[in-house]
Amino acid sequence: MPVPSTTPGAAPAGSAPAVAVVRRRKWVRPLTLVLAVLVPLLVLGYILLGSYTVTIPDLLTIISRNLQGEPGIPGASFIVLENKIPRAVLGALAGAAFGLSGATFQTMLRNPLASPDVIGVSSGASASAVTAIVLFGASGVAVSAAALVGALAVALLIHLLSRGSLGGGNAGLRLILAGIGIGAALQAVVQFLMARADIKTASEALLWISGSLNPASGERITVLGLAMMVLIPALMWLSRPLRALELGDDLAAGLGVNVPRARLGLLLVAVALAAFATAGAGPLAFVAFLALPLARQIDPHAGLPAAALSGAAVVVLADFVGANVAPLLLGGSVLPVGIVTGALGAPFLLWLLVVPAGRTGRKVA
Amino acid sequence: MPQLDARNITLQYQDRAIVEDLSLTLPEGRITMIVGANACGKSTLLRGLSRLLKPARGVVSLDGKDIHARPARDLARELGLLPQHPLAPDAITVRELVGRGRYPHQGFFRSASADDDAAVHQALEVTGTLELAERPVSELSGGQRQRVWIAMALAQETDVLLLDEPTTYLDLAHQVEVLDVVTELNQRRGTTVAIVLHDLNLAARYAHYVVAMKEGRIVAQGPSQEVFTQDLVSEVFGLESQVLLDPVSGTPLIVPIGRHHSTRREEAHA
Repeated sequence: MPVPSTTPGAAPAGSAPAVAVVRRRKWVRPLTLVLAVLVPLLVLGYILLGSYTVTIPDLLTIISRNLQGEPGIPGASFIVLENKIPRAVLGALAGAAFGLSGATFQTMLRNPLASPDVIGVSSGASASAVTAIVLFGASGVAVSAAALVGALAVALLIHLLSRGSLGGGNAGLRLILAGIGIGAALQAVVQFLMARADIKTASEALLWISGSLNPASGERITVLGLAMMVLIPALMWLSRPLRALELGDDLAAGLGVNVPRARLGLLLVAVALAAFATAGAGPLAFVAFLALPLARQIDPHAGLPAAALSGAAVVVLADFVGANVAPLLLGGSVLPVGIVTGALGAPFLLWLLVVPAGRTGRKVA
Repeated sequence: MPQLDARNITLQYQDRAIVEDLSLTLPEGRITMIVGANACGKSTLLRGLSRLLKPARGVVSLDGKDIHARPARDLARELGLLPQHPLAPDAITVRELVGRGRYPHQGFFRSASADDDAAVHQALEVTGTLELAERPVSELSGGQRQRVWIAMALAQETDVLLLDEPTTYLDLAHQVEVLDVVTELNQRRGTTVAIVLHDLNLAARYAHYVVAMKEGRIVAQGPSQEVFTQDLVSEVFGLESQVLLDPVSGTPLIVPIGRHHSTRREEAHA
C-alpha cells in the first residue's frame, strides 16, 4: 500500500541528497499539488455543468465580452456572471477559509474536536446574525457584519474563560470545553429568536443559519478575498510557532516560543478566518471540522495548505450537489450548501470514529 | 560555557510555594542529578531553571544575565529543556521531529540550512537513531522514542540541557542506554546537564554532582559519594537503607531495607 508521500522518504537515510529531499518535501506535498489542480477544475466544472450547462467557447465569449463591456449572450451571460461564477468563487474561498481555520485550531489544540463549528465560534456568528435579522430587520451586508462581530466576541469570551486558574497544562482542553458551553447557550438564543419571529423573517434567518451561497455577489467575494489576503500571510508567519506548539506547550516554550502570545495570535487569525467565511456564506456545517481530517485520510502528513484546498473542494462539490443533484432526487427543491455539508459531514465524522484518522496510511508513511 | 545560576528563588503556583528561597549553581560542563521524593519540588525547580515558571522572588541567570530579561529565542539557543511529557504530532518522522529542535536557530525568512541538516544528522548519530530517521515516531518503541526526543534536544545545540525524568517508563536496559547517550554528549561537547531522576543508583552512577531535595529545599549537594549516605537517604526519602559500593562503577549503591527484611539486618548486626 504505497502512499504517495512515502516515496521521498524511501531515499537512503543519512546521505546528503536524502537530507535535501526531506527538506524540499516539507514545502509542497503531492496531495497539496493534486488538490491545487483539482480545486480550479472543480470550480470550472461547477460553472460549465449542472442543470444549466455552458460550453467552454460560450464561457470564454461571456467572460471576454464582459471584460470588454460588450453585451453578452442573452440568458447565459446572466446565469454565468450573476450566479455560477460568484457561487463557485465564494464557495471556494469560504471553504478554504473554513478549512484553514479548523486546521489551525485542531493543530494548535491537538484535538480534532477543536474546530470553530464545535467550539462555539460559528454559534456566535449565527446568534448575532439571527439577532440582527429578527430584532433589527437587518439584511445583506449588515447581517454579515453582525456575524463577524458575534464570532469575534465569542472567541474573546472563550479565550478569557479558558485562561482560568487551573494551572498551565490543559489550556487547550479548557478552551474547547468553554467553547462547547458557550455554543450550547448561543444555540438556545438562536432557537428562542426563531420561535418568536414571524414566519417570513424566520425562514430568512433559517436560510442564513443553514449556510447558502445564494446571496453570493462580487461584494461578498471582495470582502472575504481581501480578508484572506491579510489573514493567510499572518497565518504563514504563525505556522512556525504552530509547529513548535504541536510538541506541547512546555517543549514549545523550551524551544523559544512565547506560548501565550503565539496562541493568542493563532486564535485571532483562525477565528477571523472563520468569522469572515461565515459572514460571506453562513456557518457551513462541518467544513472547518472536516477539512483537515479529510486531507489526512489521504496523506497523514497533510497540513494547512491541504486543509484549505480540501475545504474549498468540499464546499464547491457540496453546492453543486445541492443545486443540481438534489432537485433530481427531491422533486425539484434546491438544497442550501450548508445542509449538504451537514448531511455529508455527519456520516463522515462517524466513519472517522470507526477508522481513526490516517491510521492505515500512518503505518506505511 | 555559560553558567546557569539560581539565586534565592521562590517558585509557586498561585499562592502555594513549591520551592522556597533556593540557590543553586549548576557546575559547568558536568552532569547534575536532582533527586528527591515525589512532590519535593524537583520538577518545579527544573521548570524554574528553564523559564517555564517565573520565580516569584529571586533570579535565575545564565551567564550572569536574568533569563527572563532575554528574548525567548536567544535563550533557547543556549538553554534546552526536555519536559516530562513531550507530544509527537501524528505521522511525524524521526528526522522531522529532531529537525524541530532547530526552531530557535531558524527564522521566517531563513528555514532549514546546511547547519540545521548537520546538527540534525549529528544528533541522530549521537543518539543512535540515524537508521530510524525516516520512520514515523508513532511506530517506535518507548526506548527508541525517548532517544529521539533526546536527539531533538541535542539538535537544539545548547550549552545547557535540562532533562525532566528522561527515563520514566523505560525498562532498565533503555534507562542505562539513555543515560549513556547523555554522558557521551556531556563528554563530547562539554554540555552542562541537569537531570531530574528517580532511580538513585543510576543517579549516583551517572552524576558528577548530586542535588538532594526535600520539601522545596536543597538538603544536600555534592559528589554522589558525599551525598548518598544512609542518613541522607533516610532523611530525604524516609527510607532505611544500606549504602554499599557499586561493584561496577565504584559509586554508592543504595539498597533499601523495607519492613519485611529488617530482621535479617538486625540478625546480621547481632
